[in-house]
Amino acid sequence: MDGTESPPIAHQQVRFADGLALECGIALPELVVAYRSYGRLNEARSNAVLICHALSLDQYVMERHPLTGRPGWWDNVVGPKLPIDTERFFVICANVLGGCMGSTGPLSPKFPGSPDLWGTDFPPITIRDMVRAQKRLVDHLGIVQLFAVVGGSMGGMQVLEWAATYPQMVYAALPIATAALHSAQNIAFNEVGRQAIAADPDYRGGLYWRDGTVPERGLAIARMMAHITYLSEVALTRKFGRRLRTGTAVSFVGDMFEVESYLQHQGSTFVQRFDANSYLTITRAMDYFDLAAEYDDDLALAFAGSRTRFCVISFSSDWLFPTPRSRDIARALNRAGANVSFVEIESDKGHDAFLLDEPDFHRALSGFLAGCAEHLGLP
Amino acid sequence: MSAPVKLAEPPIRFVGKNMRLDQRLIAQMIKPGSSVLDIGCGDATLIDHLFRTRGCDARGIEIDMAEVTRAVAHGLPVMHGDADNDLAYYPDGAFDYVVLSRTLQAVERPREVLRQMLRMGTRALVSFPNFGHWQVRWRLLRTGKMPVTAVWGRPWYDTPNIHPCTIADFFDLCAAEGYLVEEWLAVDETGRRSPWRKSARLANLFGEQALFLLKKV
Repeated sequence: MDGTESPPIAHQQVRFADGLALECGIALPELVVAYRSYGRLNEARSNAVLICHALSLDQYVMERHPLTGRPGWWDNVVGPKLPIDTERFFVICANVLGGCMGSTGPLSPKFPGSPDLWGTDFPPITIRDMVRAQKRLVDHLGIVQLFAVVGGSMGGMQVLEWAATYPQMVYAALPIATAALHSAQNIAFNEVGRQAIAADPDYRGGLYWRDGTVPERGLAIARMMAHITYLSEVALTRKFGRRLRTGTAVSFVGDMFEVESYLQHQGSTFVQRFDANSYLTITRAMDYFDLAAEYDDDLALAFAGSRTRFCVISFSSDWLFPTPRSRDIARALNRAGANVSFVEIESDKGHDAFLLDEPDFHRALSGFLAGCAEHLGLP
Repeated sequence: MSAPVKLAEPPIRFVGKNMRLDQRLIAQMIKPGSSVLDIGCGDATLIDHLFRTRGCDARGIEIDMAEVTRAVAHGLPVMHGDADNDLAYYPDGAFDYVVLSRTLQAVERPREVLRQMLRMGTRALVSFPNFGHWQVRWRLLRTGKMPVTAVWGRPWYDTPNIHPCTIADFFDLCAAEGYLVEEWLAVDETGRRSPWRKSARLANLFGEQALFLLKKV
């Protein structure tokens, strides 16, 4: 991928010429939000579902990805007659602020029309900044209240931030496989990834885009390491065991374990679609996330008086965002007197389970949404 | 250990739509439009009933994850948790009623659970199987062994019911803790409430299940 040019694909975008004031105090002179939507917005504009995507994903939820050609990352959950039913709901997903699929991020020009890109000068952003950018889009679409805000992992952090920052705009909130803060372990893993990128000579102090190079090795290693944290030991064993893949040229000894080849594939495909500076920016935003810290270290205060209906979901084998972190959220919501459902889905697939075929999870999703629709009187 | 697990083989009598007898009686004691927390709500049948027929804001807490999943998949606000560990996270006076149906005998600290219930609720509705029932007494007297009946369905070493009590015991506890018994009733095996409606002594002998509506004095 040539980093010096804008991506070869035209993303659906909205431009906000007045920019966005970030939490760090810096103001972006222009804000671009790239998004995709599916289904129809009803006349009352009451059936909108906002999906918040995770770190390495984007707005292409249920359609072929324009860059990789792969199916949408949640096409088993979002679509006609699926748990997030596009025949019933108007589904929106925006590329996060700081991302590299068309929203303002390190690959964007510093000023409208400027040949100079943000690159490493892109200001530090927070999960709340991401949410505030999404709110601009939601306002732009004329939606006063979102029927539901749904997201897993980093998407779940955005869901929590939405419910805390704009409670009146969120009728139902579904934070999935997430936490109200990034733990020391989470930050540690992110830091290894960032160091791998920075250590790649092709990173060139973050100015790789000027020379038309990409820190492929560093970014691939970051992705490989992160990918391990998304899986469980059981899932890895079932998928690969100790099986060898023979005849590969990459390996020094001629043999390589299947799990190695799988991870290398994950790494090499990732560099085709992700910008290294975006990766640094977004992982930092996750690390900064500590919702309670914004509310006197009491998470319950973040949701005080909330009338939002919450559904907190975790997965039993997720060790990156383990169930106790979801339980913390559920208990804080209880203390706030909020309406909360909380379920841990039995799964051995690790953190990634929220993206995979998990019938109980899908039943809980669709049942919860159906219940909320009934309470709201949504047809 | 000890989480509030339901009776091993509960004598389920289908009264109306899948409602257990005690749940139906509980529902009758709850004023329409109130806020309710059902502790150990199972698949949330009572919650669904209270929402649909009485317009209540009813929520539940349940320890069995399969039941929680089923309840959430039916769109009912239920969270995973247990009576011994999760009640402290609810604010004072958050509910009009807090319900504990046939779970009291299985919790680790029944007295603390009752205190929590009357902290977070204006009223507490508690139902439990009566260990003072004549059949239980008769079996213990006749065989000298821990009674196993339809209600007390498991041998002593295998039962989750670690704190069985009688109706008389429960009256004593309410008096000791200063709870006002606003209403109480006991039902026999077939769900009849007479002929010992007024007599706690007879209820303690013939009542198979008891239901109490409590308030803090």
